[in-house]
Amino acid sequence: MIWDKEFETLPREALEALKLKRMQNVVERVYTNVPFYKNAFDEKGFKPKDVKSMDDLKRLPFTNKQDLRDNYPYGLFAVPLESVVRIHASSGTTGKPTVVGYTKKDIETWAELMARALSSAGATRGDIIHNSYGYGLFTGGLGLHYGAERLGASVIPMSGGNSKKQIMIMEDFGSTILTCTPSYALSLAETAEEMGIDFKNLKLKAGLFGAEPWSEGIREEIEKKLNLHAIDLYGLSEIIGPGVAVECMEAKRGLHVFEDHFIVEVINPETCEPLPYGERGELVFTTLTKEAFPLIRYRTRDISVLNPEPCVCGRTFVRMERVSGRSDDMLIIRGVNIFPSQIESILMNIEGIEPHYLLIVDRKGTMDTLEVQVEVNEKVFSDEIKNLQILGKRIEKDIKDFLGVSTIVKLVEPKTIHRSEGKAQRVIDKRKI
Amino acid sequence: MKIDQISVFLENKSGRLAKVTRVLGEAGINIRALSLADTTDFGILRLIVNNSQKARDVLKENGFTVGKTEVVAVEVEDKPGGLASILGVLSDHNINVEYMYAFVERSGENAIIICRFDETDKAIDVLQKNNIAILKGEKLYQF
Repeated sequence: MIWDKEFETLPREALEALKLKRMQNVVERVYTNVPFYKNAFDEKGFKPKDVKSMDDLKRLPFTNKQDLRDNYPYGLFAVPLESVVRIHASSGTTGKPTVVGYTKKDIETWAELMARALSSAGATRGDIIHNSYGYGLFTGGLGLHYGAERLGASVIPMSGGNSKKQIMIMEDFGSTILTCTPSYALSLAETAEEMGIDFKNLKLKAGLFGAEPWSEGIREEIEKKLNLHAIDLYGLSEIIGPGVAVECMEAKRGLHVFEDHFIVEVINPETCEPLPYGERGELVFTTLTKEAFPLIRYRTRDISVLNPEPCVCGRTFVRMERVSGRSDDMLIIRGVNIFPSQIESILMNIEGIEPHYLLIVDRKGTMDTLEVQVEVNEKVFSDEIKNLQILGKRIEKDIKDFLGVSTIVKLVEPKTIHRSEGKAQRVIDKRKI
Repeated sequence: MKIDQISVFLENKSGRLAKVTRVLGEAGINIRALSLADTTDFGILRLIVNNSQKARDVLKENGFTVGKTEVVAVEVEDKPGGLASILGVLSDHNINVEYMYAFVERSGENAIIICRFDETDKAIDVLQKNNIAILKGEKLYQF
């Protein structure tokens, strides 16, 4: 289902013209209103009027997470604070949080984009949207909330946590759409099982899952356990929150980037050179319409690939492949680059393995070690030691075959790996370098 | 002729075995025989109890991974060469013992060997044809 047919199916030529006009506008605005950008442009000898074609994008400076920190909290706002009606922030797990602001119009834009995303997952105004994204500084909860209201659906503002109550509400209120992180969806599935509740008897038909990288295997697991269509949703607070890109129900192959509001590029993270469609690299976004907190060529650290092929759903926006990892949670184990999601895919291909795992990286002497903790459930458990050892060896071999790195698989008791209500932590890096 | 054995997956960390026995004790379950097989990372606790269904339920409720296996309880005369004679019979028929553990009956005359075979039915058949006593579950649970 397409919420905004006019823009979402705009012919490419008209879309490119619209993007150029909006790019000229945002460059002008940040140059005038944000000293950081004025300096960055001046350093390159670049004036807003120099933006003549989309090609000029690559002459613009990048914005990094560090720039956001250096200008903490309000230094990159392009409007006075009295025009800012909402402030959100990223989690700030690696330092000061990243603060982002919204004008009234930004909130409107965001709600529109989230209404698009929900429609893309098949939601309509008749739906009951069970929103288990966290409310608060995190953009997930309120982003979904405003989008659901814009759509005209009924929204249940659950926020995360209190899983038993979540299941009870889903059952009693007849929730039809679930929104949360993929890892929390799996955690809810476990809780329901413990409570003796079968998702087949609930009314859920689709879910929008995002805020962390997840694999195709996890999608299958969620679809099977929760008996719904799992749709991938992408966004980040710096760009607007959830609602930057979303998969469509028709194809479930790649997420349509809302290009009328965001320019997307993929760059080589080392050389910063833009990469052509089809090549894997770091996602970079330029916001086109945001008023309070516009960003030019923001480096996300998320790794993906762009696909310009027309989609069966009719949307003309390019698609980004599901994020396979982050350039900053990429593990380098004895010189091999590995993303947790790659290990996840391998684990999910082994019958009976639970989708909960933990990677522990350490260094013994000069050697990196990678331990993969996997939970043992009844399906794979055996009363004979040798069968469990065969299972461990098989996982080690599969990882070695696919990723070229030796690991130590450790079988652990069920439910001993921490379940997250928000973003899952998959890696513990104990190396002191 | 087959006996229910339950097995429990245990990580090698302190307190796990204690937890299993506490959970079973609190549920009023009596352990008849046990064996613990261990590796560097994990262990498998195998148990014969007087109520295996209840034991499985309470262990599962407490978050343990529990399996059920059918084993055979063989009665062996408690004297030198007793076990060897039985294993000789099994070996002659190419029956493989996956693992076994033993305990001595209270009366003290016989030892009970709990055996896990690769081919349980064939093993029972061979034992019976050679007049080797196999204990029924009810008797074992009641001891």
